[in-house]
Amino acid sequence: MPSTSASPSVPPSALTFQDLLFRLQGFWAARGCVLQQPYDVEVGAGTMAPETFLRVLGPQPYRVGYAQPSRRPADGRYGENPNRLFKHTQFQLILKPPPVNVQELYLESLEAMGIDLSRHDLKFEEDNWEWPAGGAWGVGWQVMLDGLEITQFTYFQQCGGLDLDPMCAELTYGMERIAAFLQDVDSIYDIVWARDPDTGAAVTYGDVRLAEELQFSVYNFEYADVPRLWDHFNSYEAEAHALLAQAEVLFTREDATAVEKRRFPLLATYELALKCSHLFNLLDARGAISVTERVGVIGRIRALAVGVAKAYAAQQGAAASSS
Amino acid sequence: MSDFLLEIGLEEVPARMIAGAEAELGRRVQDLLTRERLLAPEARLTTYSTPRRLAVLVEGVLPAQADSEEKLTGPSWKVAFKDGQPTAAAAAFAKKAGVDVSALEKVTTPKGEYVGATVKRRGISAPELLAAELPREVLAIYWAKNMYWRAGKPERFVRPVRWVVALLDCSVVGLEIAGIAAGNLSRGHRVLNGDAPVAIDEAKQYAEKLRAAKVVAGVAERRQMIRKALDAATRTIPGARWREDEPLVETVVHLTEWPTVIVGDFEAEYLALPEEVLVTVMRDHQKYFAVEDANGKLAPHFLAVLNTQTDAEGAAIIRHGNARVLRARFKDARFFWDFDQKTPLASRIENLKHVTFQKELGSYYWKTEQNLAVARELAEAVSEDGISFDKAVLFKAVELAKTDLTTELVKEFTELQGVIGGLYARAQKLGERVALAIYQQYEPASSEDEIPLSAEGQLLGLADRIQTITAMFGIGNAPTGSKDPFALRRAANAVVKILAESELPLTLRDVVDASGAQADTNEQVSAFLRERLHFYLKDVRGFAYDVVNAVLAAGADDVRDAMARAEALTTVRGSEDFAAVSAAFKRIKNILRQAAEKGFALGSPKSVMLAPEAQRLADASAALAPRVAALREQRTYVAALTLIATLRPVVDTFFDKVMVLDPDAAIRGAHLALIDEVLRSFSGIADFSEIVTA
Repeated sequence: MPSTSASPSVPPSALTFQDLLFRLQGFWAARGCVLQQPYDVEVGAGTMAPETFLRVLGPQPYRVGYAQPSRRPADGRYGENPNRLFKHTQFQLILKPPPVNVQELYLESLEAMGIDLSRHDLKFEEDNWEWPAGGAWGVGWQVMLDGLEITQFTYFQQCGGLDLDPMCAELTYGMERIAAFLQDVDSIYDIVWARDPDTGAAVTYGDVRLAEELQFSVYNFEYADVPRLWDHFNSYEAEAHALLAQAEVLFTREDATAVEKRRFPLLATYELALKCSHLFNLLDARGAISVTERVGVIGRIRALAVGVAKAYAAQQGAAASSS
Repeated sequence: MSDFLLEIGLEEVPARMIAGAEAELGRRVQDLLTRERLLAPEARLTTYSTPRRLAVLVEGVLPAQADSEEKLTGPSWKVAFKDGQPTAAAAAFAKKAGVDVSALEKVTTPKGEYVGATVKRRGISAPELLAAELPREVLAIYWAKNMYWRAGKPERFVRPVRWVVALLDCSVVGLEIAGIAAGNLSRGHRVLNGDAPVAIDEAKQYAEKLRAAKVVAGVAERRQMIRKALDAATRTIPGARWREDEPLVETVVHLTEWPTVIVGDFEAEYLALPEEVLVTVMRDHQKYFAVEDANGKLAPHFLAVLNTQTDAEGAAIIRHGNARVLRARFKDARFFWDFDQKTPLASRIENLKHVTFQKELGSYYWKTEQNLAVARELAEAVSEDGISFDKAVLFKAVELAKTDLTTELVKEFTELQGVIGGLYARAQKLGERVALAIYQQYEPASSEDEIPLSAEGQLLGLADRIQTITAMFGIGNAPTGSKDPFALRRAANAVVKILAESELPLTLRDVVDASGAQADTNEQVSAFLRERLHFYLKDVRGFAYDVVNAVLAAGADDVRDAMARAEALTTVRGSEDFAAVSAAFKRIKNILRQAAEKGFALGSPKSVMLAPEAQRLADASAALAPRVAALREQRTYVAALTLIATLRPVVDTFFDKVMVLDPDAAIRGAHLALIDEVLRSFSGIADFSEIVTA
């Protein structure tokens, strides 16, 4: 089913997977966005990277974009399903606060990827988003292009259980879908990832990623050691809680100095929470989370994520008042 | 007189909310203008909406309110004027009323003399009033889910407001909504017109100006355009018809500003997938209309409603894109189908331990065990009555009913749970009756749906639902007011409907008892089901409320019997004799209640010599009672009720001639015993005192 050789059907003129990312990044960089590299801890979605989850808190304006590989162990299909991946690429964009013409800018970004809107059908259809474990939700749309969902467009309202003021726009482009659509291939693995400018030889998505999809599906579904995953989970959680407890003491202590507050490692604490979230997803894919446990474990992750968010907001507030 | 236009420009509003909001905006504008006396009697109000706008045009707005006079009453004259001189109280009132003290008048009322003042109010102009009042009305529109977008969160609305047009004829009304000052610039279609503003020079040109900018603002017009375009597109396929789907038409009407339709194809090989899956993908996931051939069978085509108009090359691209998405979805569905077959339903029972039914109760494995226990009880109750059904089929179906929740196909198409299980049971050759029972387990989903065809399917549906209801009640999750998060009313409605429309010899009591609920839960659930039976008879079957009350007061356990009694009562209630008897029964009930309140005891009719009118009633009642009882036993209720109505002359004469509460205690006691006997003998079909007579 998936091909590991270049797809002859994709015309050489079509933008490659990496071309599309370049175009998007270039477009948003030209509109004042910081281009970040993807976060280097496992996340299930670009939203969970601190460049979104923590940056949206507090009053500080920020614009950032990054292509985030997003891991969802339960979605793995051993590389056998042409439309499903364990790890997919989200181009994640945060505009805080969003400009009034944010939708128009978004449409321009599609044109930057070579989409001629006069020859496509585009609809914004209601789709609200939430991540209960992160105490986060927003309202928005799935953007449909010729019947294909290409972007999740969300006005982020709450994160870590805190109201966002200003709120921000979160645009999540599904890069594999967009590429498969524009290159008109039926399998994600046939997407041309890169093309040698001299020889025209193509490297496909399958060439780059198929082995990873296969092996991680095998690991996630068959090999991952459940007791050890629980051990990891418990120990990351314990360390995160220990840090949160110290943060609590520090931020309520009257004689704490601005420097002490500023240097407290909440960003590291958040990473520990992300580790727990990923371990939960692995355990879930292994079928190791029983019904009675499930709600409880999600609650444990939520306690960490929300705990960090609250402490982070306090840290930002302290920094703002001391400067 | 002027035309007033208000347009609120929005980012795309969810399709499901638009119709309600459009109507509410119209109502609010109309109410405001009426309340403020700005609406001409012959005024006409038209509302518009598209995903990006809500608008209202009122033809016939007065330029200003008429001036008015108001009479105010102040303190008593005595307090306000001492010796003809105004006091401080008079001055304060005059100041408050905005008139000179010399303009105060004496008002004489039944309560005495007071100080009065006539206040003249100049009417406020329409622009001034609209600017002051309209923003509040707009921001008060109800949305099922809303958001904030401006810093400081000054307002919530469905989506950000991006522009506002407010015109009285050609002049902008200086109002502001959510920080946006009104102007005369609207916007056209995002792509077909682009970002260039669309100037509305005059209120009544609204629809026309928008049309030029590729927006059809009228909902009815777009609906008609879409239907015609669907017809036209389907005509390109010989013998084909598009499958009527009104909810889908409404959805696409509210997703488009300039609708057109394309017809696309998919490979005929996908027709091998079950039609249920194909239609769900097309309708629910892609919002496409399905196409059928002359025999009503699904044809390998689809119709997509676009929100654009393009050239032939564009149409080809869009058709290709949509077909590509659909093919991928079908391919997925086929992949899931094949994948799911590797694990037969029977091997999935264990996996149900990982699927939550309700977090405080347990998994679907637990739920299945409970359902089995209930099904065994129900089967027992039904078998005793000799209804033929296959117990083994029932238990197998109950055991496997929830296993499809672990399949990839149901994870993908949750709305097809049950249906998928049934299709898999058939594919896995578990027997047609098992498959059918699983397939139909969630029917009826609403009061318009049919109940499951087979007795096994009906029993599965009953067991599953009563188990859910009693378990939820048991942990304090009973519905309250408008809150019913677990859809228990719907479940109970289905229980009643299955009992009413099947031949299962089960009463509500049998069903509740089979659930094995604790005593207090049993009682609560029984009351809940009675309330649902009331709803079923009145709102689904359309019986008059008093008929329903009368029938249920005489017994609310046997659903089909209650229905038969309600039908009979409806048949006879119009007759004059029956109405008179009903009135008499109401009187009997009142008298008995009064007697009880006064402590009058029932005596024995045999102990005293009764007046002839009373004796005649006693004789007639005694003669009739066994005949009525026999007819009731045979459930020939119309005949029984007609017979009861023949009591009318003797009852009427009795009440005309006999003083029931006779001063003589023995006679009174005899009378009371007599009417009590009459009441009890003839209230077994319905409590006639509930019948409302003219």
